[in-house]
Amino acid sequence: MSDAAVLRPELRDPIGRRRLGWAIAAGVLLWPLLRLSEFHPATLFDPANLHVMASFVAGFLPPSTEHEFLGFLLTATLQTLAMATAGMALAFLVALPLAVAATRSLSIAAVGPARGRWRGQGVRQVVRLVMVLLRSVPEVVWALMFARALGLGPAAGVLALAITYGGMLAKVYAEILESADARPARALLAAGSGRLGALCFGLLPLAAQELVSYTVYRWECAVRAAVVMGFVGAGGLGQLLDQSLKMLSGGEVSSIALVFLALVFLADAISLALRKVLA
Amino acid sequence: MTLHLEQVGVVHGNGRRALAGVDLAVATGERVALIGPSGAGKTTLLRVAAASLRPAEGRVAVLDAQPWSLGARALKALRARVGVVHQAPPIPPRLRVVTAVLAGRLGQWSLARALRSWVAPADAPGARDALARVGLAERLFERCDQLSGGQLQRVAVARTLYQQPRLLLADEPVSALDAATADTVLRELVGYSVAAGATFVASLHAVDLALRWFPRIVGVRDGRVLFDLPAVDVTPERLAALYAGEESAPAEPPVATVHGATLPLASA
Repeated sequence: MSDAAVLRPELRDPIGRRRLGWAIAAGVLLWPLLRLSEFHPATLFDPANLHVMASFVAGFLPPSTEHEFLGFLLTATLQTLAMATAGMALAFLVALPLAVAATRSLSIAAVGPARGRWRGQGVRQVVRLVMVLLRSVPEVVWALMFARALGLGPAAGVLALAITYGGMLAKVYAEILESADARPARALLAAGSGRLGALCFGLLPLAAQELVSYTVYRWECAVRAAVVMGFVGAGGLGQLLDQSLKMLSGGEVSSIALVFLALVFLADAISLALRKVLA
Repeated sequence: MTLHLEQVGVVHGNGRRALAGVDLAVATGERVALIGPSGAGKTTLLRVAAASLRPAEGRVAVLDAQPWSLGARALKALRARVGVVHQAPPIPPRLRVVTAVLAGRLGQWSLARALRSWVAPADAPGARDALARVGLAERLFERCDQLSGGQLQRVAVARTLYQQPRLLLADEPVSALDAATADTVLRELVGYSVAAGATFVASLHAVDLALRWFPRIVGVRDGRVLFDLPAVDVTPERLAALYAGEESAPAEPPVATVHGATLPLASA
């Protein structure tokens, strides 16, 4: 009985066929990419490989609690956190003016539109280009370069984060600001307010929660990036992990991994708390 | 002359014509109500008057300046002197009432003052006075999302009063309010315009309110000015012609009972 209902053409979902088509197209596009990236999940479960992995993981246990190592671990953790936080602070300073300049809802000339509209659009395009340039090079590459110029240590990582994350934050900040309701800001601009006034009184109250949770998430990413940059000589947990791996001391590696876990939990807790405050 | 529109025409982006050949001159201190069926072009006309929509045709002068030939700084200064009450209050729900009201003077404040006021309200007494005029003084430090729709609209009115504009424009300012509150809010807006000598142009859905509070009535239909008359001369026949074909045509507007008697602020 229900089969008859399915076959009735007027009850068929008119976009069902299109959705199926898109799904197939996505699969066809993805398959060669998986081949290209040499993705063969079956090899993961090959008995020989499983054995190798098991003995590797067994080497990690138990986590090292050696007194001297824990001292190193604490210093390295603080250094990584400092690198990530200082880098994010600088990135924020880079991103804020770029994001405000790129947000169309804050354009004074767009009200009317008044004279200078084309110049405004030109400026926004240039700012978007700057944002692309800043984030196009991975922070590790910048870190390698700065480590040569400034010598080994967290300073190189801080600068690298400021550049790449500055571009990323600016892009996403601008997108968050643009997706908020523009009418309050427009009304303020139409009453003679400046760009920053309209931002603070019209746009930020709508977008603050999202901006904060994205910023905290980026800080979490910056901590991970700071670890990776440690491998290229920027100090902190990355450098410690590099040494422990080279010395094949699995217990130390697992202790470091536990610290990573704790840091992500910390970021999550901060994000939740801030969202609650801003709700 | 506060407002001078000459042969103004506007075609919206979707190709629909909103205004055609509109002439309107409003003297300083005058009070004018725009009435007409929905979709007649009242909102567009007010946006042109507020220097926030640039008409494709015709000439516009606002507060003795031609907004679209001004430089950015002068245009900003002009806009700071024009206050608009929007049909839907453009206030972010998370803003506190006091901050929402103080935002009315952003056009007059320096950036430093604006930022300071964003952190901590710069002029709470001023905001409170403005709120008192719309009966919301005790809600000063509440958040806007704790207010009802009508209360939020009154906060928007308080913001515009706090701005102290020379030209006060209102787009259906009381359509979201109950009859008694609507009358109170209009009394405050009219009171401000009388006391400050500011020009007041409002579009109103309720013809009785228009006739009660405004000495001059402009009927708008299909983007054109159908009539522009003293309130005493607005006859039921003219209103019938204005709203012809409209479902919500006001039945027997109280034309005869309107004048003089209920006008407030006789002392002002």
